Amino acid sequence: MAQINLLQAVNSALDTAMDTDDRVICLGEDIGKFGGVFRATSDLQDKYGKARCFNTPITEQGIVGFSIGLAAQGSVPVAEIQFADYIFPAFDQIVNEAAKFRYRSGDQFNCGGLTIRAPYGGGISGGLYHSQSPEAYFCHTPGLKVVIPSTAYQAKGLLLAAIRDPDPVIFFEPKAIYRAEVGEVPETDYVLPLGVAEVTSKGSDITLVGWGAQMHQLHRAAKMAAKDGISCEVIDLRTLLPWDVDTVAQSVEKTGRLIISHEAPRTGGFAGEVSATIQECCFLSLEAPILRITGMDTPFPLVFEKEYMPDYLKVYEAIKTSVNF
Amino acid sequence: MSKFSGTTGTLRFTESTDLSIPTLSILDSEGELRKDAKLPAIDKETALKIYRDMTYIRVLDERMLAAQRQGRLSFYLTCTGEEAAVVGSIAGFTDRDMVMAQYREQAALRYRGFTSEQFMNQLLSNDLDLGKGRQMPVHYGSRALNYMTISSTLATQIPQAAGYAYGQKLSGNDACTVCYFGDGAASEGDFHAGLNMAAVLNCPVVFVVRNNGYAISTPSSEQFAGDGIAPRGIGYGIKTIRVDGNDILAVYAAGVEARKLAIDSSGPVMIETMSYRLGAHSTSDDPTSYRNAEEEQLWAEKDPILRMRKWLLGKSWWSDQQDHQLITNYKKEILDALKAQEKRPSPSLNGLITDVYQTPPQHLRQQYAELQQHIDKYPDHYLANPDKANGTYPSASVQLP
Repeated sequence: MAQINLLQAVNSALDTAMDTDDRVICLGEDIGKFGGVFRATSDLQDKYGKARCFNTPITEQGIVGFSIGLAAQGSVPVAEIQFADYIFPAFDQIVNEAAKFRYRSGDQFNCGGLTIRAPYGGGISGGLYHSQSPEAYFCHTPGLKVVIPSTAYQAKGLLLAAIRDPDPVIFFEPKAIYRAEVGEVPETDYVLPLGVAEVTSKGSDITLVGWGAQMHQLHRAAKMAAKDGISCEVIDLRTLLPWDVDTVAQSVEKTGRLIISHEAPRTGGFAGEVSATIQECCFLSLEAPILRITGMDTPFPLVFEKEYMPDYLKVYEAIKTSVNF
Repeated sequence: MSKFSGTTGTLRFTESTDLSIPTLSILDSEGELRKDAKLPAIDKETALKIYRDMTYIRVLDERMLAAQRQGRLSFYLTCTGEEAAVVGSIAGFTDRDMVMAQYREQAALRYRGFTSEQFMNQLLSNDLDLGKGRQMPVHYGSRALNYMTISSTLATQIPQAAGYAYGQKLSGNDACTVCYFGDGAASEGDFHAGLNMAAVLNCPVVFVVRNNGYAISTPSSEQFAGDGIAPRGIGYGIKTIRVDGNDILAVYAAGVEARKLAIDSSGPVMIETMSYRLGAHSTSDDPTSYRNAEEEQLWAEKDPILRMRKWLLGKSWWSDQQDHQLITNYKKEILDALKAQEKRPSPSLNGLITDVYQTPPQHLRQQYAELQQHIDKYPDHYLANPDKANGTYPSASVQLP
């Protein structure tokens, strides 16, 4: 198996999807010959032709609206939004159109072939418009699926699953670890299930839940805690909508403690949803309040990015707070 | 790189009035052919189908407006005055072509073959509504008739139509997409996004802009400053024509030619139909507060159905007697359908959670189970809409498929 990075895994997934299904079409800003600003679509236009991999004008609402039409017609579009920060012009098309397309027609029409890819998250000195984590907005929309990988292996398997899923999927890619995250990825075709979390580290004292680039902070914090004799169970949600309540609940029933961490601001963040659900179903198992380690309720900063980020030290301190409660 | 128009030493700003877009007119107000106009090829059968469907929609709109006033429908929206703009254009397309409409194009759906029962099922949200009772009245859709289910959101169908047409072109199935919207919708960002993408990506889509003078209460003069919508099509590099929307032959001729252009040149085409919304925006609107009766009267005299009737009578393809009979028959057919379909039960309760996703996920199943338990405690309170056909109440314990 080849060692490749997360970005190459995305490219491999797109290549596999286009190779195995003629209906798969990649579109977005600069994704053609240039291969995208991050090179996620490198070589795809050369390999599959301009009709199936092409540049679009700079119009996110146009890209998503066009892709919904393509999907309704029977194509399988994979639209790239260059940065998740720029997905908002397409918010209406995603929330009012893609998400409700099947439902409002009584299942006469659907745009389930649609996948929207967008690099998200901080850690690249991108300031307020190249760093955001907008997943919670979309998790509040019935009809969408929201998927975020944290490793190269996940990126390929989850993206292929997203492309082939019968419902529209938003696929956020943690751009901070596009190249840093390297792992063994099969060159062959494989999928990982959507809606299923992965226990990435077994433990008994406390459960740490996260997704995307945040998984690295959680694992680093867990290693520090292990030196203090605290055993952390780490769970990568992988899919946020619909999320795997059972895996988290089973873990919390065992550990009695839970920390959820994400880069996005705290208020209205997805950690609130996880926290509320787990206290509903695991109330009698809890030994301490559920804690959230998140970004602050501010725009994403530039010079104080390091201070803002919910890093491993903040998670480590939260672990001690929870265990000593 | 795009081709620009050469250079000049003269400093002069181009004005919008430098671009002249005349309005195609074939039938005059008396239903006579203009001397300088070319009659489009149209056989008697097609002409009479167009006329019957325009008349049907006029009758349907009148009856449903009355039914809404009687409280039998929650909402309605007429296309009175714009029947020719819609029927004339759709008649230029084949049944394979996809229609992606706004919400005032029920006449196109009728032209495709939507029945009185189907109209009533949607308007009444009964168990036979193809949309399963999920959308307000007039939000029609039919997979069988290639008529995309419409949504209330304005202009969203425009970039979607470009994408749909691109997919049709890739499939090589000799079909295109016809996309309807109003002049008000042309102010939305999606209009600009959709036209630009359609032009740049060479999508076989025909945009039909119904310029009807008003967006709810806002007159065109407060909606845009330029010469209507047509210049915008040209600005995006789209072949564009403006037609008298109350002149059935002008609209039909433009529709036939637009389809041919879209398919042959694999690119977008735009038609701007100049007409007038004779009715209110919807049953929630009252035009007397923002426009005067004189203006309405002026346009009522330009009635597109009246004009086509004069032409048909002049050709001896139609008679007053036939006309009277047609209207009488449609009134009866529509009222009979209303009476019959309003007796039907509501859709099944499980439609609350089906089709949100292809398969209801676990969290929706759980929420549905919780709801069923709650409804079972208070069935009279929640399931107040009786199953009128058999006098029973739809059960909360309806299982998922």
